[in-house]
Amino acid sequence: MATNWTIDGVRESLVAKKISARELAGEHYKRIAARNPELNAFLALSEDRAYAQANRIDTMVAAGKPLPPLAGVPIAVKDVLSTRGVRTTCGSRILEHYVPPYDATAVERLEAAGAALLGKTNCDEFAMGSSNENSAYGPVLNPEATDRIPGGSSGGSAAAVAAGLAVASLGTDTGGSIRQPGAMCGVPAMMGSYGRVSRYGLIAFASSLDRIGPFANNVRDVATVLQVIAGRDPNDSTSTTAPVPDYRAEIEKPVAGLRIGIPKEYFGEGMDDGVRKKVEAGIEILKKLGCKMVEIQMPHTGYAIAVYYIIATAEASSNLARYDGVRYGLRVNDDSLLSMYRKTRGAGFGPEVKRRIVLGTYVLSAGYYDAYYLKGQKVRALIARDFRDAFLKVDAIVTPTSPVPAFKLGERTDDPLQMYLADIYTVTGSLAGIPGISVPCGKICGKLPVGLQIFGPAFREARVLQLAHAFEQAGGASV
Amino acid sequence: MKISREDVVRVAELAYLDLSDTELETYRKQVDEILEYIEKLNELDTTSVEPMAQVLTDDQTADATLREDVEVPCHGAAELLKQAPDPEPPYFRVPKVIER
Repeated sequence: MATNWTIDGVRESLVAKKISARELAGEHYKRIAARNPELNAFLALSEDRAYAQANRIDTMVAAGKPLPPLAGVPIAVKDVLSTRGVRTTCGSRILEHYVPPYDATAVERLEAAGAALLGKTNCDEFAMGSSNENSAYGPVLNPEATDRIPGGSSGGSAAAVAAGLAVASLGTDTGGSIRQPGAMCGVPAMMGSYGRVSRYGLIAFASSLDRIGPFANNVRDVATVLQVIAGRDPNDSTSTTAPVPDYRAEIEKPVAGLRIGIPKEYFGEGMDDGVRKKVEAGIEILKKLGCKMVEIQMPHTGYAIAVYYIIATAEASSNLARYDGVRYGLRVNDDSLLSMYRKTRGAGFGPEVKRRIVLGTYVLSAGYYDAYYLKGQKVRALIARDFRDAFLKVDAIVTPTSPVPAFKLGERTDDPLQMYLADIYTVTGSLAGIPGISVPCGKICGKLPVGLQIFGPAFREARVLQLAHAFEQAGGASV
Repeated sequence: MKISREDVVRVAELAYLDLSDTELETYRKQVDEILEYIEKLNELDTTSVEPMAQVLTDDQTADATLREDVEVPCHGAAELLKQAPDPEPPYFRVPKVIER
């Protein structure tokens, strides 16, 4: 099997003229042609765009010009991010033929930094899911074990990088949708702080939670991509002016002496034994690196899933009101406007999306708002406070990313609540707005990848990356 | 039981969502189970807790003041209209709304 490229590897090979950007894009399209029919990681390819960019980079190389940070790097983007002229479906029938007239800011920044956009990756419909089985275009298979799910909702972005079909990719994380598939496919995957990356052009699921972030083959590459996409964008009022540090420089700093919180609530029942052993071995690595382990308590952890499924569904029911058959997407005609709305939405949305619209509309409806939505927002404040209190005592928090490794296709589809509980360790950080990364932490029986999750205080992405990098350098991926 | 079939019918009506009889019953059962699970939030006394309505704190918020409300040209309009299921430039056509 061909090895996976890294961003640094691409750069060195381009500069040394061992390969051209065009050849590199071609090599990745060959890999996609060979493996995508099985894996189903890509929903659309954008060859014209990728080769036009590759040609620009090759001209720069030939002229000896300085190359931008992602020069010639073949990347893939989750299909919830708008791409001008390239079909963007959100994994939904309702947007089956939608072609955005503009680019998401994150996509625009990747291309401005020299990246070649290979295409769009499969995902759970409107990013709602933990296994990628909710895509209207079929599930993605886990490249590490093809009888299993890749995790979700950014399953295609994780699988594409893990299988070497793209050098890096973008996903989105609302309750764990970057970190969990990263863990299950065995690649580093990062969610920056809420407000760190502009969401202009991201098709919204839950606006107080949605974030965009990278998958790559190593932590340095994750840092490189985050560097490019981070920072204020006048088109997104929720993107902050907080300065973006030099992540690639920051990750080299030593981690000895850092205090790491180990919350006991993240090692309780429901956790797979294989995951536990690997994460405990991972913690030993951090100890050897000179980090100080501190046992901490995060008493509201057990309420996070309940809060999440109130807030995320409420926001989704509101955001998805825009799919009404009038301006874009599917329309199912009927003789009145209201029945056209109903039929269009009934035919265009899949089961998980409908379930969440029902739940979200219910928790916001008259008579139930206080009992559910307001209560959820209050407990969300308590969960955020758990993190704030913890970060007074520790510099970072380490947990498993997912309580279980990748499960078999179809194993959990009949029980939505069981599926939701797979996000139990990731939703907390989503609700609190803090940054988190999942970094590979060994494989169960040498086969199923496990992820170690590192949380840091808001806007301390550099510290999270620094720990993840040190962990990776110390052999964390093969504990 | 937290949610009845009538509740689901009402909610589907609010959300303009056509659901078959089978869907109504499936979602009623599943949403009921989720609402039962959500009940656990009532173990917590939150009377003195402020709801978290914003993720970013004031000092992290990009715009302390709102931007100027200036008119800027929208170049995507023609392209956007092409995406419409039933465009009648410069309008979107919909089934008749007003009976006369």
